[in-house]
Amino acid sequence: MTGSFGAGPLPPSADVVVIGGGVVGCAIARELSRFDLSVVLIERSPDVATGTSKANSGILHAGFDAEPGTWKARLNVRGAALYAELAEGLGIPRKATGALVVAKDATQMETVAELRHRGIDNGVAGLEIWNRDQVVAHEPNISPDVAGALWAPSGAVVCPFLATVGFAENAIRNGAHIVTECAVIGLDVADRQIVAVRTTRGRLATRFVVNAAGLHSGEVARLAGDDSFTITPRRGEYILFDRSVGQLVNTVLFPTPDKVSKGILVSPTVHGNVFIGPDAIDIDDPDDKETTAGGLAGIIAGARRIVPALPLGTAITEFAGLRAAAGKDFVIGPSLAARGLVHAAGIQSPGLTSAPAIGEVIVEMLQDVGLRLKRKAGFVPVNPEKPRFHEVDRMTQAELVATDPLFGRVICRCETITEAEIVAAIQSPCGARTVDGVKRRVRAGAGRCQGGFCGPRVTAILARELGIPVTAVRKDSADSWLFLSRAELEAGEGAHA
Amino acid sequence: MREFSYDVAIIGGGPAGLAAALAAREAGAERVLILERDRELGGILQQCIHNGFGLRRFEEELTGPGYAHRYIDLVKATDIDVWLDTTVLAAEPGGVITSVSPHAGLTVVRAKSVVYAMGCRERTRGAIRTPGSRPAGVFTAGAAQRMVNMEGYLPGREVVIVGSGDIGLIMARRMTFEGAKVKAVFEIMPHSNGLTRNIVQCLEDFGIPLYLGHSVTAIHGKDRVSGVTVSKVNDKLEVIEGTAFDVDCDCVLLSVGLIPENELGRAAGLGLDPITGGARVDQFRQTSIPGFFAAGNVLHVHDLVDWVSEEAAIAGRSAARHARGELVASGRQRSVTAGEGLRTVVPQCLSAFEPGKMSVRFYFRAAKPMGASLLQFWADGALAFERKLRVVKPSEMIVADIPVRKIGDAATLEFRVLPAPEKIDAEDEIEEEA
Ligand SMILES: Cc1cc2nc3c(=O)[nH]c(=O)nc-3n(C[C@H](O)[C@H](O)[C@H](O)COP(=O)(O)OP(=O)(O)OC[C@H]3O[C@@H](n4cnc5c(N)ncnc54)[C@H](O)[C@@H]3O)c2cc1C
Ligand SMILES: Cc1cc2nc3c(=O)[nH]c(=O)nc-3n(C[C@H](O)[C@H](O)[C@H](O)COP(=O)(O)OP(=O)(O)OC[C@H]3O[C@@H](n4cnc5c(N)ncnc54)[C@H](O)[C@@H]3O)c2cc1C
Repeated sequence: MTGSFGAGPLPPSADVVVIGGGVVGCAIARELSRFDLSVVLIERSPDVATGTSKANSGILHAGFDAEPGTWKARLNVRGAALYAELAEGLGIPRKATGALVVAKDATQMETVAELRHRGIDNGVAGLEIWNRDQVVAHEPNISPDVAGALWAPSGAVVCPFLATVGFAENAIRNGAHIVTECAVIGLDVADRQIVAVRTTRGRLATRFVVNAAGLHSGEVARLAGDDSFTITPRRGEYILFDRSVGQLVNTVLFPTPDKVSKGILVSPTVHGNVFIGPDAIDIDDPDDKETTAGGLAGIIAGARRIVPALPLGTAITEFAGLRAAAGKDFVIGPSLAARGLVHAAGIQSPGLTSAPAIGEVIVEMLQDVGLRLKRKAGFVPVNPEKPRFHEVDRMTQAELVATDPLFGRVICRCETITEAEIVAAIQSPCGARTVDGVKRRVRAGAGRCQGGFCGPRVTAILARELGIPVTAVRKDSADSWLFLSRAELEAGEGAHA
Repeated sequence: MREFSYDVAIIGGGPAGLAAALAAREAGAERVLILERDRELGGILQQCIHNGFGLRRFEEELTGPGYAHRYIDLVKATDIDVWLDTTVLAAEPGGVITSVSPHAGLTVVRAKSVVYAMGCRERTRGAIRTPGSRPAGVFTAGAAQRMVNMEGYLPGREVVIVGSGDIGLIMARRMTFEGAKVKAVFEIMPHSNGLTRNIVQCLEDFGIPLYLGHSVTAIHGKDRVSGVTVSKVNDKLEVIEGTAFDVDCDCVLLSVGLIPENELGRAAGLGLDPITGGARVDQFRQTSIPGFFAAGNVLHVHDLVDWVSEEAAIAGRSAARHARGELVASGRQRSVTAGEGLRTVVPQCLSAFEPGKMSVRFYFRAAKPMGASLLQFWADGALAFERKLRVVKPSEMIVADIPVRKIGDAATLEFRVLPAPEKIDAEDEIEEEA
């Protein structure tokens, strides 16, 4: 009953097609895989979690930000609760750090008090106003001019890649098919009813389509003649610091928010690093993820207002993520232009948090527009545990090597990731196909040398496990080749061009 | 978990580990072990197929593997144990080493003395915060070198090199030999970080331009690198507005510095020198953890392997003496400081001298390039020793032997480098290998 993953052939038809393999699309596919349905998710990249879902703050927001009554408010709180239930079984690393919204003066103290009330309206539990001493006792490195803070104990951090992969893998285990390197280029509508999806790899007959195409969800809607919303890419840049400074902060630290965004934060990651960011700049190109000198300088200045002594010398990488902004709220609901098309679009923050809850409401909406749902008997709600060598005690490590000698070969020295874990990440039902795919799943190359040491080794393992030449191994996107053979170099522009 | 006992255990089987093992065995340590993560000995030398190793040590020009094999053959002729494909996971004070390998599983070694010889790692793009996108085609020069020289694959066709460290310079020549076009080397500092001989032999001989005082301010490209933006910088290393230009390329190689690989030491609470990034050691190369020694690139980054072997021999001999209980902690340690004109000095402190010891060898890195200079040794605030240097470059280590009688029992010891009042023709004592 297992489904499939990869750039294989497109099935001729499906009960439901989900467009987009971000955290939202994958959570929807997983929710759909509870039912007796053929589900096909179409993703244009070689892997899931390559869009907005790979570059964000990784925070499970408590839910005090959103205006009561919005989708954001409702789905955030429900989503955060679902993660608490699901994360472990799906292999999604999650850490309940709590969050603080830091106020610097009396006006800001008023704002955080308002946030507390809003949070209570949204159903967020445990919110407290802390005074200066409480904040400093909890966060010794915080700026000395702090006046107080809002404490949200249900704030948490999560691994956004493994969240996406965890949902995707579970969907596949329950029969869903994820077809990668396949872009949707048309939606066939007859009598105002969706009848097929056209892709770069052929046509797929279906009567139900979920638009979870992230930054491209506006374009996808227009393929069905629906121009009810447009997406503006809004960029946020980050700097990530080494795990050696992981003790810098204990909780997610937000400044008191302004109108535009939640501001520059300083936050731990679930893997023990610390990051600063993001800023919020509207841009034109939905694929432009360049970081800028000005942007990085701006987030450094912003973060210093919360934690003055930033360990800039321990920065290990910088990156940018793009929010798919479509107005104030998420665009969730059936299209008015084409029956059978349901949008899960414009999913900005807190979209990562909301994803499993979005899955639930989208399934209800599909039912409302005519999809027949019958629960499957053999639904398996969890993924088998994948041992992480560096996280277990010595005795367990010894047992692991005894069962599989490849646990005895450390490939990524920064994060102590063994060959067995990398092979498992490639051979899993939602297995890595690229060097960055391995990194997102098991963190080989995510440490302080950023793959400088293990990159070539991971490339060789991918080639071996996938049965492809080294020159066919890619970094991330479809055309991101890494190495040439000597013959290709001599042949000139033709190969790999 | 199986357990073993050794007199001296050496972590890392590069040139430092090999020389330390041989010296320890020669100095009488009975049971000596090398633990090496890779599937062969030799360390980084195995990927350095160019010439230029061993001029000092063997008085001939060897390739990296050639130099390594001299030592590997010597080790093989002894009863030193070598565990390959074995990664050390932890080395705790008291000499308890936990390692793992596919064939032997998890293993504990109890050693009377431990030598750190784990080498160094390359600084990356993140460390220098180069903005832009994150396409394929950006590699550290050492990783690219390994791919080209050991696996036979090339990282790109049109190459820009960021930073003028030796590995970048060597790779500029290698990529040219392979048929790629190396467009330029960009160095942010007003001087190069590479050896002069590498600038001449790897760039000038092939007409590859070296831009000093230029910073790569952005990397572009979506799938694969498509180019970089470069600007001139002022003397504060700030970008000068209006000087930006673009260079098309499909590959960026980074040669922006090396950092000692001290994860194990840090986990064990090792006292580190913030400037070298390595341990603080005394003249025996003993670290702040009794019975733990360090040598080679894990201690401070070397440009010449010959010095690595020499330094490691000191560490190996000392480790053997410690294993026999002959190198007792001397109590009073005096610290040595790098003063004016210098960035680093190793050793950073002195323990009591061995009887009969005539001189102590110190290694320095200069803070900035200078012409003819004087290396001065100040003991308790008084000038005690002076040596002439023809030229001073941060990229080339300064080595000096200071007579024990000049050090005496002074409490404060400081080195300085100052411009020489007159031109210097020949250098006394040690020749610098440029
Ligand atoms: C800077 C930043 C910080 C954030 N921080 C947080 C946070 O801390 N907490 C939180 O809860 N949320 C956060 N978010 C929001 C969260 O990251 C997003 O809401 C979430 O990742 C959106 O997921 P998605 O699946 O909708 O989009 P994506 O992950 O972008 O997935 C869309 C997918 O659709 C594919 N696609 C597009 N067009 C086509 C096509 N035509 N055919 C086939 N495939 C197609 C794309 O390749 C992509 O993989 C943040 C966002 C940003 C940008
Ligand atoms: C690219 C390059 C070019 C150079 N060119 C020249 C030149 O032309 N001439 C010259 O004289 N010198 C040159 N050098 C300098 C010289 O090669 C180095 O200084 C020397 O190799 C350093 O030796 P080492 O033993 O300290 O480190 P390495 O050679 O790096 O050896 C360290 C060893 O430790 C092992 N190790 C690390 N951690 C662990 C662990 N946890 N468990 C087990 N094993 C571990 C590693 O696998 C490695 O084999 C060059 C260096 C480089 C990098």
